[in-house]
Amino acid sequence: MLKFIGKRFLWMIVTLWVIITVTFVLMRFAPGSPLDVDDVGMSEQARANMMAHYNLDQPVIMQYLNYLKNAVTFDFGPSMVTRSREVSDMLASGFPASLQLGLVTLILAVISGIILGVLAALRHNKMIDYVTMFIAIIGISIPNFIQAMLFIQYISTQFDFFPTAQWGTWRHAILPALALASGPIAIIARMTRSNMLEVLTEDYIKTAKAKGLSNFQIVVKHALRNALLPVVTILGVLVASIFTGSFVVERIFAIPGVGQYFVESITNRDYPMIMATTIIYSTIFIIMMFIVDVVYGIIDPRIQLHKKEE
Amino acid sequence: MGNRSQKKSASNVPDEWFVPLPKEEQRETVHHKGDSYWRDVMQRLFANKLATTGLVLIFLLTIMAIIGPMLTEHTYRSQSILNSNTAPNGTYWFGTDELGRDVFTRVWYGARVSLFIGLAAALIEFIIGVAYGGISGYRGGKVDNVMMRIVDVLYGLPYLLVVVLLMVVMGPGLFTIIIALSITGWIGMARLVRGQVLQLKNAEYVLASRVLGGSNSRIIRKHLLPNTSGPIIVSMTLTVPTAIFAEAFLSFLGLGVQAPVASWGTMANDALGVIQTGYWWRLFFPAFFISLTMFAFNVFGDGLRDALDPKMRK
Repeated sequence: MLKFIGKRFLWMIVTLWVIITVTFVLMRFAPGSPLDVDDVGMSEQARANMMAHYNLDQPVIMQYLNYLKNAVTFDFGPSMVTRSREVSDMLASGFPASLQLGLVTLILAVISGIILGVLAALRHNKMIDYVTMFIAIIGISIPNFIQAMLFIQYISTQFDFFPTAQWGTWRHAILPALALASGPIAIIARMTRSNMLEVLTEDYIKTAKAKGLSNFQIVVKHALRNALLPVVTILGVLVASIFTGSFVVERIFAIPGVGQYFVESITNRDYPMIMATTIIYSTIFIIMMFIVDVVYGIIDPRIQLHKKEE
Repeated sequence: MGNRSQKKSASNVPDEWFVPLPKEEQRETVHHKGDSYWRDVMQRLFANKLATTGLVLIFLLTIMAIIGPMLTEHTYRSQSILNSNTAPNGTYWFGTDELGRDVFTRVWYGARVSLFIGLAAALIEFIIGVAYGGISGYRGGKVDNVMMRIVDVLYGLPYLLVVVLLMVVMGPGLFTIIIALSITGWIGMARLVRGQVLQLKNAEYVLASRVLGGSNSRIIRKHLLPNTSGPIIVSMTLTVPTAIFAEAFLSFLGLGVQAPVASWGTMANDALGVIQTGYWWRLFFPAFFISLTMFAFNVFGDGLRDALDPKMRK
């Protein structure tokens, strides 16, 4: 077990290193930079000072090493557009809102996805099953940013209960979280449902029934536990989709989170900001995948991790 | 269960058991090589109403993407400032945007872009993914190990974020979207094909082919790939909506196709500015058709998966 976690951990570090390096290479060779503006008549000296300010006057290898060190310490230097502010400060100021939104979305997605999936499986081919599958197909088919906009256009403007363009109370979080969560809800519900349908035909469910256990006990203790195992594996991917979705949804709902900075930094070609956001989000994602893998190994006794790795 | 079927066979035997088999000569003639499996698949597919609906929708959307922009006298880029933000009417069936461009024409022009991207992404995924996964699985050993470690690292990266990063560097445009999608899009396919090939390559018919002197490429082409074709086709079908979503997402961020070219993502982005006004058609039509397209490909892909593998039916 420890050996597996160690190996997996090393692997995580390698992946992190790859993403950091790739980001560096891409940004280093990207055409144009915010310092390339000639029409403002920047003098040679001013340009040289700017280059020095952003460490662009050093040899590439030194820049790379410097950058690696900075990435590890999450110090990305000043933003190229909002020059007076450090990238890490800007990210830190946006992080609470993004974290709140992300957590609300994740909890909403997992809980309602599982409940819908279980209900659909227990009432297989009945009304609630069809309704759930309908919701699932809708959730997969309508892109999250489209949902967010439709929510504003058709719900938020009609009902004062759902304010937009602000962030503070829980009411602000409902619509954006719903827009972000519906895709993951659909995926979790479908997966839970099909796993439940499969598990419910197993012999040990019949045994449990024969022993005289109540339906509730059978579903929660025996069926659900086994049905949820595969769902754990996709949590990492779902978190990634919530991340990327939050970029646009934050922009649409004007939520002061990291996503907004990211979208702005794309428009402004603010390279330090883009690099920082990419690296931070990738890091969170990669750590999530690592946790998911380890948790999966712990909760499923059938998986013998150390053997699988050989 | 057992009880019921016994009763059935005793009293009410289904009538179709007594339908005479086709005449002998008919039985002889209809058989083509390897035809019955795919016929079964087609039968199961068309028995699935949702999947058939998806297929019909895909067909209709493709037709409209081809002829839609030609149905009106407006082009996707012709502006008419006097008619800006007109509600849907007899001249402008889906209304106009703030530059007076016809939304109907632009929606179908956007359909072209989306379907083209979806198709290109599926094709590239097929070419790279099948080749990579096939070689990795077939070679096995060290080659497989190295190739799969590379895939593991790539798989650990958040896909859309990498695409955004690539787009920032390469600059927006249709061609670069396809490049960005193809750099990251083949990984799932490679893993899938590798797994299948690993399973199949020790099958007895592969051994038989080898004994008879079949070359590696013959074994891959004639035995391994045809037997993996089901999952490959399903994966390609489900790549299309993912790619369409990615394109719309990028275009929405301003990294996709550039004005004046229309895309569902850019149209939605343009509509963001007027979302609180009454110009509902600006958002509604692109939103509706992108959702309809993704719906069609998703239900068709699901139906195809069920049809190809009835045991895995979900």
